[in-house]
Amino acid sequence: MSIAFDDTALDRAFDVQGRSLWVDGRRRLFANRAAVASMIVLAAIALAAILAPLLSPYAYDSIDYSVISCAPDWWPGDAIACRAGGAHWFGTDAVGRDLFIRVLYGARVSLAVGIVATLVSLLIGVGYGALAGFAGRRVDAVMMRFVDVLYSLPYIFLVIVLMVIFNRNFYLTFVAIGAVEWLTMARIVRGETLSIRHKEFIEAARAAGVGRFATIGRHIIPNVVSPVVVYMSLTIPNVILAESFVSFLGLGIQEPLTSWGVLISQGADQMEAAPWMLMFPSLFMAATLFAFNFIGDGLRDALDPRDR
Amino acid sequence: MPGFIFRRLLGAIPTLLVIVTLSFFVMRLAPGGPFDTQRRLPPEIERNIAAAYHLDEPLVEQYFLYLDRLVHFDLGPSYRTKDFSVSELIAEGLPVSARLGFSAMALALVFGIGFGVIAALRQNRITDYAVMSLATTGIAIPTFVIAPVLTLIFGVWGVRLFGVDLSLPVGGWNNGALANMILPVAVLALPEIAVIARLVRASMVEVLRSNFVRTARAKGLPYRVVVLRHALPAALLPLVSYLGPAFAGLLTGSLVVERIFGIPGIGRYFVEGAVNRDYTLVLGVVIFYAAFIILLNLIADILYAVLDPRVRYAR
Repeated sequence: MSIAFDDTALDRAFDVQGRSLWVDGRRRLFANRAAVASMIVLAAIALAAILAPLLSPYAYDSIDYSVISCAPDWWPGDAIACRAGGAHWFGTDAVGRDLFIRVLYGARVSLAVGIVATLVSLLIGVGYGALAGFAGRRVDAVMMRFVDVLYSLPYIFLVIVLMVIFNRNFYLTFVAIGAVEWLTMARIVRGETLSIRHKEFIEAARAAGVGRFATIGRHIIPNVVSPVVVYMSLTIPNVILAESFVSFLGLGIQEPLTSWGVLISQGADQMEAAPWMLMFPSLFMAATLFAFNFIGDGLRDALDPRDR
Repeated sequence: MPGFIFRRLLGAIPTLLVIVTLSFFVMRLAPGGPFDTQRRLPPEIERNIAAAYHLDEPLVEQYFLYLDRLVHFDLGPSYRTKDFSVSELIAEGLPVSARLGFSAMALALVFGIGFGVIAALRQNRITDYAVMSLATTGIAIPTFVIAPVLTLIFGVWGVRLFGVDLSLPVGGWNNGALANMILPVAVLALPEIAVIARLVRASMVEVLRSNFVRTARAKGLPYRVVVLRHALPAALLPLVSYLGPAFAGLLTGSLVVERIFGIPGIGRYFVEGAVNRDYTLVLGVVIFYAAFIILLNLIADILYAVLDPRVRYAR
């Protein structure tokens, strides 16, 4: 005789509420003040970037030679203010374009690069890593050897080479950076896959006749999500940095479009006469990178309790 | 041990070959040649130039020609900088870049380990938070922001402290004079200091909790001895495998630092080469740096095997 064990009755009797990893994780994340503050800052910057044209009367590429390199009205010191040309909250650049709107357009490019390139790296990295880890043995060895090889190239050099090849095409910039950033993701996913691929639930799935790729997609990848999410939040700032780096060297985005790297580079040239041109894009960029780092740390603490 | 080293050395050769092959063909996919100018050259001159640089031969033959030269340490002529071979350009920039890089690395190790250990010993206290927020700042603020700001403060405005003029030159190399080195080395080292400090803190925290440290304390050893003799060596182990990536980071940073401070190193040649589509120069620098990093990873591997016998006997 077998006794049927009714879980639900037990749950009801003790009024037990199930808590998934994600519910727990969210609770822990929202208890982290630095992470919450970072999310607010980031949301504000993203919102401002999206609504940029509504926030300023100026266009990002309209040149006004009557207000070249003028300081914001409230700027202390003896720099020439912009009163003549109306309110320029962040001053203007060397050809009289409003810096406020340009910083926001820079935010658009930088954030878009960060997100799209990260998604590209996510697709390649997770697929590659899961495949290598699940295949194991020879295939795994060869696939990860290839990753090792690419690792030994300083990746910014690869980005630069790819930029030159793609003729500095704006959209391919995203792909180029993402195509180089997937290596660490692949390593992480492969490691996690290796650690779970002989677990009973995978064997059960295989025994029940689930195909190889379906097993990877339905059973392995969902179980490696938390390290992937954590690493993703750290990839975005890396990518933003890479794009700005390349733009700073003059190999990235082309005028009149702009990114924080270009603005910082222009600001650095004018630093003595017009420090605001360096200050505002740097501040925005630093705030964004900070925010992503704090969110990443918060996510790691929230989703990966082993580390605590 | 010799077997281990030999295996690793052998493994490095195919790695290098793959990188050479990849970069060679990827570079040739690029649109536009190094000799495209605004003015159209007469076709026979174009043909002569192409022939002189073997650009008229099939790609595969160019590839084998390149490989043949490479094993003789000849990276070919620079397409843009007339009368210079790529090897000569690299040889010219190398002492400068190497001096910059190794100084920055030494600085990063000293300060990174110091800060990391201090933060770990004061875990979750004010000192820890202060050091770690500084480290996060160092990671979040990119080199190309820190460099101009420091230049502005120390170079343009000038700093006087207790009547001592602390102003530094804003650029130039001046044959590696100390005053010219301070700013570039500091800027280059800052992000690595931050990463190393975080790394050392994390592993130190873990080691301090481990059984052998508790045993050492229980035996009655003084705190200082436990930390310095027992915990620290174990905590520094992960740092060894970070050496390769750290140098890669320095190479990346050197691109910006050499540009901002006008330092005649390899990074400057690379950026100029990329802008001018100087294939051989870009290819040469990428291969040179890849070989350098492979060598460093090799050294790190061997060092790791010496320090941690488990690695040697695995597989």
